[in-house]
Amino acid sequence: MDNKRDVKGFLEFVYEFYKSMKAHEITLVYEGEITHQITKAFTSLTESNMEKDDEAGTVQRKVFHVMVECLQNISKHADDFTSNDYLFSGRGIFLVSKNEDEYSVTTGNAVENDRIEELTDMLESINRMDKEELKQLYKRQMKEGRLSDKGGAGLGFIDIKRKTGKELEYHFLPISDDTSFFLLTSTISRTEI
Amino acid sequence: METIKIQGTEDTPRIILDAEKDLLEISGRSLPEDVSAFYEPVLNWLNEYAENPNDKTVFNFKLTYFNTASSKLLLDILMKLEELHEKGHDVLIRWHYPEDDEDMEEAGEEYADIVDVPFEQVAYSG
Repeated sequence: MDNKRDVKGFLEFVYEFYKSMKAHEITLVYEGEITHQITKAFTSLTESNMEKDDEAGTVQRKVFHVMVECLQNISKHADDFTSNDYLFSGRGIFLVSKNEDEYSVTTGNAVENDRIEELTDMLESINRMDKEELKQLYKRQMKEGRLSDKGGAGLGFIDIKRKTGKELEYHFLPISDDTSFFLLTSTISRTEI
Repeated sequence: METIKIQGTEDTPRIILDAEKDLLEISGRSLPEDVSAFYEPVLNWLNEYAENPNDKTVFNFKLTYFNTASSKLLLDILMKLEELHEKGHDVLIRWHYPEDDEDMEEAGEEYADIVDVPFEQVAYSG
């Protein structure tokens, strides 16, 4: 009896979840480990959906760029995790939403609190920069980072701002004393191309 | 000298490095899981090639997409070619981009700014 009620409650939750996804125009959502295989699967899925919708080539390319950089940001920094919240390492949430005017790509993953300041400073300074400044920064980071894999910190963020022309929206929510959930969303216009 | 031929996949580019046929080309998409490991053979090949290069070296980039991690490795390749040019060899980079892809065109312009080597932009349709 109890079990039956639980199942019903769960199925009702699924329906609410579905309605909520529809209301927010979410076309893809994933929670779990973010690997290279996952990155490939989602980018190709989104790509074929955009092709089916006859999305402009420029928009398709920009969405692809943003998705790859966002997903690789999480998978690449999976090893950086040293706190006790090892379960969060390399995991996160990823979602794509779409309305008449734009696509949004949102990621969320746990980060150690001592990285918040560095991330905030980086995102703020990228957000303040104009096109030309971003270009110069990208070139400099590429040169400096070319000898190490993880060097050129923020290359992905710079690229997203350059490709979308829009500010990177982000938010940190506390998980524990040591960690926070880092949410980042980028929008790609479907009309200004 | 050994020829390198790597078939392209959905996340790695097609690579041909054939000194005998004067064919040096990277084309397609580049977002390999491990960029350094993927491009290592290319950089090694260029080191060996630089010891005894052809009279004229034309390197073709015909990429449709590359991620930021690949952008650093592409710069490494360009810097090898720049070294060759500095030693007095005849070197030309040809950067092919789809004619409607401004970002790829701009990426070529940026590389041309960074490295000091003859650089030609080539638009193609389709």
